[in-house]
Amino acid sequence: MTTCGSNFDARATQASASVLPIEGRALRLQRSGRAILAGVDIHIAAQGVTVLIGPNGAGKSVLLRVLAVLIAPDSGTVLWGDCAPARVRRPRIGFVFQKPVLLRRSAIANIRHALHAVGCARDKSAARAHDALIFAGLEHLQASPARLLSGGEQQRLAIARALALQPEVLFLDEPTANLDPAASAQIEAMISAVSSRAMTVVLVTHDVGQARRLASHVEFMHRGSIVESSAAHDFFRNPSTPSAKAFLARQLVL
Amino acid sequence: MHEFGAAFREALQLLANLDADLVEIVLLSLQVSLAAVALAACIGLPAGALLAVTRFPGRQLVIVTLNALMGLPPVVVGLTVYLLLSRAGPLGSLGFLYTPQAMVIAQTLLVTPIIAALARQTIEDLHGEYHEQLTLLGIGPVGQIQTLLWDARYLLITTLLAGFGRAIAEVGAVMMVGGNINHVTRVMTTTIALETSKGNLALAMGLGLVLVAITIAINALLAALRLTASRSAYA
Repeated sequence: MTTCGSNFDARATQASASVLPIEGRALRLQRSGRAILAGVDIHIAAQGVTVLIGPNGAGKSVLLRVLAVLIAPDSGTVLWGDCAPARVRRPRIGFVFQKPVLLRRSAIANIRHALHAVGCARDKSAARAHDALIFAGLEHLQASPARLLSGGEQQRLAIARALALQPEVLFLDEPTANLDPAASAQIEAMISAVSSRAMTVVLVTHDVGQARRLASHVEFMHRGSIVESSAAHDFFRNPSTPSAKAFLARQLVL
Repeated sequence: MHEFGAAFREALQLLANLDADLVEIVLLSLQVSLAAVALAACIGLPAGALLAVTRFPGRQLVIVTLNALMGLPPVVVGLTVYLLLSRAGPLGSLGFLYTPQAMVIAQTLLVTPIIAALARQTIEDLHGEYHEQLTLLGIGPVGQIQTLLWDARYLLITTLLAGFGRAIAEVGAVMMVGGNINHVTRVMTTTIALETSKGNLALAMGLGLVLVAITIAINALLAALRLTASRSAYA
């Protein structure tokens, strides 16, 4: 899926191996004596949207970074497709940060830079970058400096850049946390469209409403552990743990 | 005061008439300093970037040393280059002593730590912001350095201009290794020192005015670059 152009050789074979399932086994991470991850086991195999939900400080964003191998755990194992994560397979995992990291270049140059980084030929990258911008509704802003776009546009550009690489899994770390409702709705529409393309999405959020709208599966985190893992329908209808019940109840009161 | 006024008028006249000696000295000064900055950029930018993105034991010591070298006394550099290039020195066979090449080498040594240290700081700040994104793309250290150098280009140009400002205004090192030979190694700063000691204030003052004008131009360029970069969100 990530192959692009004809210059892909052995690297392509390795790079095209599936990263699913993504697994974390007994993941532990401590910072300043505090357990951020307290022995997390997680298995992401299904298509659709898996939502990592929980209160602030539960360890959701850290877990996402550990699964993407941006942070090394103190102990435990991360596996991509039953193998140790390899750099060449990184583009198979798209990642969008809460605060989009955009290069000091135009919108389209941001996407083309990512495509070149994974070995996409110059002529093909232009077309793919353009398609990604159309998907994000940003084609009219392709020449604009990325950092002059609005917050919502920047986040859509970050998602478009991740999608241009045609990843197998898309990690989204609270992509709407800093956005207004209209911009959030646009991002949610993009996520829905992506998940309907048979792509696996892992979304971190503490917004219960958003989780209800998007999730097909829920991993509920509390104090560095996954305390409940269930189908979205079951989780919202009948949470099985007291902490999940309390979390949902507080959200409903709000 | 009268003498000063007369010298100032004469200096303006030299400038207005584009006096051949004055033009020759200014051109050689620019040639030497631009060559030195170009060489220092070739060494200092990648070195600073490499230091910014890599982690190794003793890195902090290297950074402290590099920062300290920014204040390297020009006469010490001059003496070092003199010893290296003198007939009995290890590079004596090159025959560079008392040539513009020797002056370029001396200025390069002075400017490289400035460019490397400032580039290191600039790139390190940007690397903190980009690191995770570049890592996610599977980009290795060399690719990361290329991306960072390009994206920090506006800030790095200001670094180069700072280096050029240091080079063009330097006198001690170029005097020692260039010898201030008329029509060969005479640059603005060494000529100003020499002509002032001879009492020829007009040429000294004319060159001084050019030097000040260059300094102002550099600062104006810096301000314009910063403004352009921040307006286009590329800074």
